[in-house]
Amino acid sequence: MMAQIQQDKDRLNLAPKKFNMWIFLFTSFMFFMALTSGFIVYSGGKGHGLGFNMPNIFAYSTGVIVLSSLTIFLSSNAAKRLQFQKQRLFLWATIALGVIFFVLQVYAWSLLIKGGIYFTNPNASQSFVYVFTGMHLLHILAGLLLLINTLVKAYRNTPQVMNLYNMDMSSIFWHFLDIIWIYLYVFLLLNQR
Amino acid sequence: MSTLAVHDHHGVEHHDHDHGHHHKETFITKYIFSQDHKMIAKQFLITGIIMAVIAMLLSILFRIQLAYPDKSFPLLETLLGRFAPGGRLDPNFYLSLVTIHGTIMVFFVLTAGLSGTFSNLLIPFQLGARDMASPFMNMLSYCMFFTASIIMLASFFVQKGPAGGGWTIYPPLSALPKAMPGSAEGMTLWLISMVLFVASQLMGGINYVSTVLNMRTKGMDLWKMPLTIWAFFLTAILGILAFPVLVAGVVLLVFDRSFGTSFYLSEIVVQGQVMNFEGGSPILFQHLFWFLGHPEVYIVIMPAMGISSEVMSVNARKPIFGYHAMVYSLIGITVLSFIVWGHHMFVTGMNPFLGGVFMITTLIIAVPSAVKTFNWLATLWRGNIRFTPAMLFAIGLVSFFISGGITGIFLGNAALDINLHDTYFVVAHFHLVMGSAAIFGMLAGVYHWFPKMFGRMMDEKLGYLHFWLTFIGAYLVFFPMHFMGLDGVPRRYYAFTEIESLKQWLSVNTFITWAAIMSAVAQVAFLFNFFYSIFFGKKATQNPWGSTTLEWTTPVERIHGNWPGELPTVYRWPYDYSKPGAEEDFIPQTTPYSQTMTSNLPHDFEDNPIGLTQYNEWLKTQTVNEEVK
Repeated sequence: MMAQIQQDKDRLNLAPKKFNMWIFLFTSFMFFMALTSGFIVYSGGKGHGLGFNMPNIFAYSTGVIVLSSLTIFLSSNAAKRLQFQKQRLFLWATIALGVIFFVLQVYAWSLLIKGGIYFTNPNASQSFVYVFTGMHLLHILAGLLLLINTLVKAYRNTPQVMNLYNMDMSSIFWHFLDIIWIYLYVFLLLNQR
Repeated sequence: MSTLAVHDHHGVEHHDHDHGHHHKETFITKYIFSQDHKMIAKQFLITGIIMAVIAMLLSILFRIQLAYPDKSFPLLETLLGRFAPGGRLDPNFYLSLVTIHGTIMVFFVLTAGLSGTFSNLLIPFQLGARDMASPFMNMLSYCMFFTASIIMLASFFVQKGPAGGGWTIYPPLSALPKAMPGSAEGMTLWLISMVLFVASQLMGGINYVSTVLNMRTKGMDLWKMPLTIWAFFLTAILGILAFPVLVAGVVLLVFDRSFGTSFYLSEIVVQGQVMNFEGGSPILFQHLFWFLGHPEVYIVIMPAMGISSEVMSVNARKPIFGYHAMVYSLIGITVLSFIVWGHHMFVTGMNPFLGGVFMITTLIIAVPSAVKTFNWLATLWRGNIRFTPAMLFAIGLVSFFISGGITGIFLGNAALDINLHDTYFVVAHFHLVMGSAAIFGMLAGVYHWFPKMFGRMMDEKLGYLHFWLTFIGAYLVFFPMHFMGLDGVPRRYYAFTEIESLKQWLSVNTFITWAAIMSAVAQVAFLFNFFYSIFFGKKATQNPWGSTTLEWTTPVERIHGNWPGELPTVYRWPYDYSKPGAEEDFIPQTTPYSQTMTSNLPHDFEDNPIGLTQYNEWLKTQTVNEEVK
């Protein structure tokens, strides 16, 4: 029996798949690094700054996404303790917060547009704000799909190994999205004048 | 205990599923949406070969224009229609040909075709893994690559023709659809295709790195990995760090083209019309592009280097010279490749001090490159060389790498580059050092691992014919270009021989074109050999080259999961060829030291004190026996 388990481990091994997620974070990280470096090269070379203050709504969305990191952490913890009811509840909360974040970001765009700061703009520093937030929202969309997948599977009779694996994958990615947003927000705050 | 039972049940279920799967395999799951690394490798290889043939034919087309700028070939009009009115290539189509030739060769053949094929094939095989970390992602990677290829080729069928801004697609030319026909829909398709391509390469690369780090079999520590795996691993890391930067650059370019932003566009007049862009920086694109673009050339050459190291060691029947130095030089190239991108931009008005910094980092790359070259030569020295076609191609790589690499020293100089920039000297340089060298590495790999992929052997005689014609042809094509470049002949020009001072190069152009046609015809020998041998080649034995690495311990019929029983255990490094005292001239990695007492050496037991004592005891008994005699 032990030999059987031993042999199957090399056929179904989840650790490398989880590792894939970590490497994917690197690629994503490089992508946002490239965009922000582009901003530095552009605004440094042309003397075009952002020239406006970030709308306060970004502070609220930051709060929302930090809170969602907390809820997914609680959901993971619940899953580890076999409290599946709680796990699902906190997953729902995370998804809801993710959606709120999404809406807030889009709302922030509408505020920017009202303030005359357009995406199509001779000052590309201001266009960069849309690129940063837009590309981040694309990632958020992917993260939401991942969370929904985990939630659906948590309702089905998924083996605990797979449940924990799904949970790990989505929380690694979601925490990363949180950190990237904080990075982008701080970056924008430091460059806003 | 209960968890153990659940796990066990799950495992058994999976196992059964595995067997069932084997029988139920349909044509679609086996050949199209396969998740088996061996099949995906073959898919990448065959797609790569088809793309290479297309790109080669494109190059013949523009070579004909260069050799005979005044002649008209009615056949061309029949074949290409509006792209060759009156039997002469349209100048804009010429630019498209150059662009698509470069794009397909660099990305679709030498990145996806080379890494995609051999990383997929060899990483699980040589590490002793059942498959990749995520077979599903691997399948997606190929599907995306295939889609990208189709979109790239589809751009030949749009009204204004394919992208024409060169494979580097510098804005503002590429950012203004009205600037020229090659910047219209063709460029849009180019950008879509490349985004899909990058997604494909990232998924592939993530899998390669993860598999190498997590799924090595028992005993396979990093320093027991063959150099092929080291090369693929470091290549994948390069791709993971560099490709996202290209995506960032391309995304901004898409916004400039289609949304009217001005990331790269500054005040500009197109066809007498003042555009409403201001403040953009085209140099920003070059920074983003070359931050990928330079590592990209190492993404192209490093797998070829790894393959050659392996093939040369096997066929020289000698351990690779300086295994550790080979690995460290690969690591050195990997690290340095990220801090040299500025040498493509010396003439953009770069601060001369910054240019000097980029020049120094660039020239330092000569050190690890030279280490590798000398190690290859030292591996050949006094080897028991078998000139198989694969071996010839591997040696060909070394030859091209030397002759192309030396001109890199010239081009890396910020001052010399002012003269040489954008001349045929550059064309000659990179076609030798990364074009021909990488293609030769790839072909060496195809000849060497063909028996592993298809269970049959390729014909040797045709292989020799293919090698010599291609080898001589490539030199005849690219060597004269150095002299053209030194005389100031600019690259990408439609008819530079019309310029009074460059007229005398027409005869050389004609010569190069005929050499290129000869090398292209030589590829027929390869294509016939390849496709014929898949079905009718001689049946291969399990280990046809007498090789030590793990892939040759798998059965000739390629099965799901690679090894029928347990995964093999590794006891030694992969280069025990012609070890003094051994019975045969190679000892597979799976042979423990206890079975090769006569050939063991003290340094085999560096991190194994128990083994060393046993070895010393055995030595003592041997000497006692000698004395008794």
